[in-house]
Amino acid sequence: MPVSNSRLVRKTRWFAAIVVATNVLGNFALSWGMKHGAAFDGSPLSFVLVVFDPWVLAGIALLAGWVLSRMALLSWADLSYVIPVTSIGFVLNAIMGALFLQETISPLRWLGTFCIVGGTVLVGLTAPKTEP
Amino acid sequence: MSPWVYVAIIVVSTVASDVLQSWEMKRQGEVMDFGIGRLLRTLLSKTPLVASVVFLAISFYAFLALLQVADLSFAVPATALSLVAETILARLLLKETVTPARWAGTALVALGVYLLAH
Repeated sequence: MPVSNSRLVRKTRWFAAIVVATNVLGNFALSWGMKHGAAFDGSPLSFVLVVFDPWVLAGIALLAGWVLSRMALLSWADLSYVIPVTSIGFVLNAIMGALFLQETISPLRWLGTFCIVGGTVLVGLTAPKTEP
Repeated sequence: MSPWVYVAIIVVSTVASDVLQSWEMKRQGEVMDFGIGRLLRTLLSKTPLVASVVFLAISFYAFLALLQVADLSFAVPATALSLVAETILARLLLKETVTPARWAGTALVALGVYLLAH
């Protein structure tokens, strides 16, 4: 039915946006904390020290929001829909890296960015749920 | 340790986590009540969801380790293999209908993520 379809599509867009935002901001906060905070050498003790860095804590809180919102999204949308659509986060991660972490974006990276945006839009135009 | 060892751990555990989570949430049906408490209770009361969080934690731990030896702009794209593996498993295990548009879009995203690593 068109009415319930448009409801589901709207709900899906909102949740996809929340999933992407919490993931990108969470990754960024983690990366910032890892580069500027306590050193992580793989041992359990250093893991505990790193986890109490404020940036790492913020990153973990955001990633917890990411897990819950993604879990809700997967209750009605297909995995083969959610994966490519939320991949737009890769582009935002790269942009955040360039802006704030002094990582460079080469022409090949821009090409990759356009591929991801194209793929996201292509899958985003399909119905979020294929089975009855 | 080579960054690629971490990448392999991340990819395998991410795929396991997502397939388990999608499988159990499909069984649960569409979530209408978005209370964090209710979502958390669901998360903690279903074995496949608990297992998916364990795999996610392994993936997260390996990701932290990878960030120590590689840039974020290498670490994130290097895990792109999981996109294709997950779409194949969505078709085989979760019996989703992966339309040509979805295959094309997923392939385009995977290619883009690969290019992003350069």
